[in-house]
Amino acid sequence: MSGDQVIVGLEVHCQLDTKSKLFCGCSTDYRSDGPNTHVCEVCLGLPGSMPVLNKKAIEYAMRVAKALSCEVLEESEFSRKNYFYPDLDKAYQITQYDKPLAEKGVLEIEGDGGTKKVRITRIHVEEDPGRLVHMGNAERGRYSLVDYNRAGIPLIEIVTEPDMRSPKEARKFLNKLRATLEYLGVFDSEKEGSLRVDANISIKGSERVEVKNITSYKGVEKALTFEVTRQKNLIRRGQPIERETRHFLEARGITQSARSKEQEHDYRYFPEPDLRPLQVRSWLTGIVLPELPDARRERFVQQYGCSENHARTLTGELRLANFFEQVVAPDPAGLSAVAATWVADTLIGELNYRSMSIDRLKPAAFTGVLRLLKTGEITDKSGIEVLRIMLDQRLKGEACETAEEIVARLHLAKTSGDDEALRAAVREAIGQNKKAVADYRAGKAGASNFIVGQVMKMTRGRADPGELNRLIAEELQKGG
Amino acid sequence: MAGTLTFSPDDRFHAFLTTCRKTEYGDGPLCGIPVAVKDNISTKGIETTCASKILKGYIPPYDAHVVQLVRGAGAAVVGKTNMDEFGMGTTTENSAFGPTLNPWDDGRVPGGSSGGSAAAVASGMVPMALGTDTGGSIRCPAAFCGIVGLKPTYGRVSRYGLIAYANSLEQIGPMADSVANVSKLFSVIAGHDPRDSTSCARPYAHEPSADIQGLKIGIPNEYFGTGVDPSVADVVRKAIRRLEELGATTVPCSIPSMEYALAAYYVTCTSEASSNLARFDGIRYGPAADSKKAWHEAYREVRKAGFGPEVRRRILLGTFALSSGYYGKYYAKAQVARANVRADFLRILESVDVIVGPTMPTIAFRLAEKSDPLSMYLSDILTVPANLAGIPAISVPCGKSDGMPVGLQIMGRHFEDERVIDVAYAYEQAVSA
Amino acid sequence: MVTENDVEHIADLADIGMEPGELAPFTQQFNAILGYFDILDTVKGGDIPPHGQVNVMREDVVAPALPVEDVLRNAPASEDGFIKGPRVM
Repeated sequence: MSGDQVIVGLEVHCQLDTKSKLFCGCSTDYRSDGPNTHVCEVCLGLPGSMPVLNKKAIEYAMRVAKALSCEVLEESEFSRKNYFYPDLDKAYQITQYDKPLAEKGVLEIEGDGGTKKVRITRIHVEEDPGRLVHMGNAERGRYSLVDYNRAGIPLIEIVTEPDMRSPKEARKFLNKLRATLEYLGVFDSEKEGSLRVDANISIKGSERVEVKNITSYKGVEKALTFEVTRQKNLIRRGQPIERETRHFLEARGITQSARSKEQEHDYRYFPEPDLRPLQVRSWLTGIVLPELPDARRERFVQQYGCSENHARTLTGELRLANFFEQVVAPDPAGLSAVAATWVADTLIGELNYRSMSIDRLKPAAFTGVLRLLKTGEITDKSGIEVLRIMLDQRLKGEACETAEEIVARLHLAKTSGDDEALRAAVREAIGQNKKAVADYRAGKAGASNFIVGQVMKMTRGRADPGELNRLIAEELQKGG
Repeated sequence: MAGTLTFSPDDRFHAFLTTCRKTEYGDGPLCGIPVAVKDNISTKGIETTCASKILKGYIPPYDAHVVQLVRGAGAAVVGKTNMDEFGMGTTTENSAFGPTLNPWDDGRVPGGSSGGSAAAVASGMVPMALGTDTGGSIRCPAAFCGIVGLKPTYGRVSRYGLIAYANSLEQIGPMADSVANVSKLFSVIAGHDPRDSTSCARPYAHEPSADIQGLKIGIPNEYFGTGVDPSVADVVRKAIRRLEELGATTVPCSIPSMEYALAAYYVTCTSEASSNLARFDGIRYGPAADSKKAWHEAYREVRKAGFGPEVRRRILLGTFALSSGYYGKYYAKAQVARANVRADFLRILESVDVIVGPTMPTIAFRLAEKSDPLSMYLSDILTVPANLAGIPAISVPCGKSDGMPVGLQIMGRHFEDERVIDVAYAYEQAVSA
Repeated sequence: MVTENDVEHIADLADIGMEPGELAPFTQQFNAILGYFDILDTVKGGDIPPHGQVNVMREDVVAPALPVEDVLRNAPASEDGFIKGPRVM
């Protein structure tokens, strides 16, 4: 059985959310601008330029070090990692090598068998390279196009011990890390390309394989699941697993061996002579950590009466947790219960379906929907319809209506007992479905449900189900 | 008063790679003074090549910090001077654009790597120039061409815009026809620059003083040992006696780490250079890499064609010294050796004020005299210790041997550039009186 | 002693092309220089005492970028604002 034991370690690179780059004053807000519009002599690697370290990047990394309970080195330094690639402007990356910022931390996750501590090996700060676009084709020749806007964006690299035991645990770790970094205010996971992961994976007793190039949270689980299957198949067939580097091809969901040449690296690290050493251990005492995901989860259970599951989901992302608290703020006692279900179960699904960020929906707008649900003015079904309309309007950039406006426009208000329109609909349904009526009279279970369904269709779901059942019974009896 | 300077010199020693025929200048302490700038210092809008084919046509979009300062002080930057390619050499023969000749004897080299700046001053085309000194590149040509050159304390002058050869060793410094002019130019370029993290807030505002009464001078026997031409040593000893006559006292001393200082220097500078010069790949500047080829192949072609043999040799040496399995034997060991050199100098400078000896072991070589790389490296033995230790060192003319100038080298404590300038000034004033 | 093969490997690491005729003299010079470097084997001591400043940093303030024309001016080839490079696939 031990031969099936999966062992996973991660190297996670996250862009630190500073205003300027790691070693120059160029803006990090490059995503909506043209290529090479956020570069200067430093991040373009022009001859004679020199790096100057962004203090904020180190402050951010120190926050992470404290949150992950790391030991900060007395003295750390930057080194050059030398290799040639067109996206690497200086032909070396300024990174940290044998004297990283911090070591020996821990992050607690909800593992496969309950709570577990994943050990952090080290944390260091480095610069991002530029971005390459591959052009041309085999017939007319291939070449690359380089955009150095990303070059010099500060990255934090967090390396774990091989403490995870399944692809799912790896994903859990990543989600927890993301949440922690966002709570610390040092990272924005919604920025495209802000996260990159390399994973080491082995089956106990076999060689270790490094999977590079994973750029999404889901990708980690996908890439590792593929690798587990591939490696186990090899073992089953009695074939050796080679120690190698593989690339994850996200679109195809597979990993592919990197050519052996790429694996013979000799990075010739040496201390960066243009930067001075760091002695920042004493900063730790001055760092006041904000409430982190675990604490907030516990508070959500205590303060809002959320279920453990809802609390975990809601606090698993900073934006979601903030959204929830803003939504219930006007009336915490009245709205918490309905909000927990509607945010954690309904809203997340609707947002994912639209690949939409929660930032696009104002909490007050959503509070409006919840209020109508809470007072019984609309049914759950209508609530979903209102929410979908709201999201679609925002997605399409149309004028945004309030929940009340949508309900009024589409007549979604819940029907009540003395609603003549509803009674007319019930009569119509009874008149059109002789067979169901006959079945009902014959005492067949479920026959009235069919009629309920028909009326719901005619009223677009705004009939209160209890009220509707009462009316149907009344009308059927009349007819009898 | 601001104005325009016309500059069309008879550059028969090939001191310049680029000259600016008309240069505007402003008001300030260097108002209207023509200043030549070594071609590894970035000048906005003026081609900056490091005397290398790989930077032919490169126009920096920004000024080096020192160029901003010099222009701000009213000087007219009149041209870019020839040098050994990327500063790698002791003769200026390693320029991709042909050697500079020594104004004292055009069959000889001007020294290097700042040979163009030295020749421009020595031939009277400019009174002052900027050079750079990684292992003697200001002091050697100053000695060979009979001018004054200062390698400042490491960190005293911003390196921002200096195209790096060996970052941890090099400094930009003034070269001039007199100690007073060296001092004047130094007062403009010294000081803190936030864009150079190794620069210090130690500006220089000093009027040279010729009073060296009571000065204690250390005379290291290694500076008069094997390899040092006896007639050069004689000239220097005479100069030291002159300093004694001016009220200084001398004590012999010894620098045991001199034995391996040159090896430590060459391992360090080639290692740093191998990394610094990796960026020249023909993508962002310089001659085009063939984009149809795969990157390594394209780079290898550009870098073979663009770098001269000495540059390629040093890149390979440095790459080797940093490579897996050799780092400990070469690079790491060189850093320990360097720390020992520094410690030796600091120890000696606790009991003496300055250390004095010859700048170069010989007079200027004949053109093409030194063809073997190692024997060329050995001629840097007396200048590299100051770079390893980071201390200030000045070369001031102190007589002739065989009709060629000899330089007196004065080294001092960290950030006591003022003192080495004073000693040079005292000597200069004494002999010109 | 380094061999011509070693020098070739180093040249590959450094992305420096070599003419076939250069290899032999380069290797010979290399060995002479490395032989001289052997003196470093005699160096005693290990700890390098720290000196100089620490924690040299700047504030997180955005400064203007270079105009894109200046960025592209020195590049041998560009396309739609991108700088053209060799193929890597």
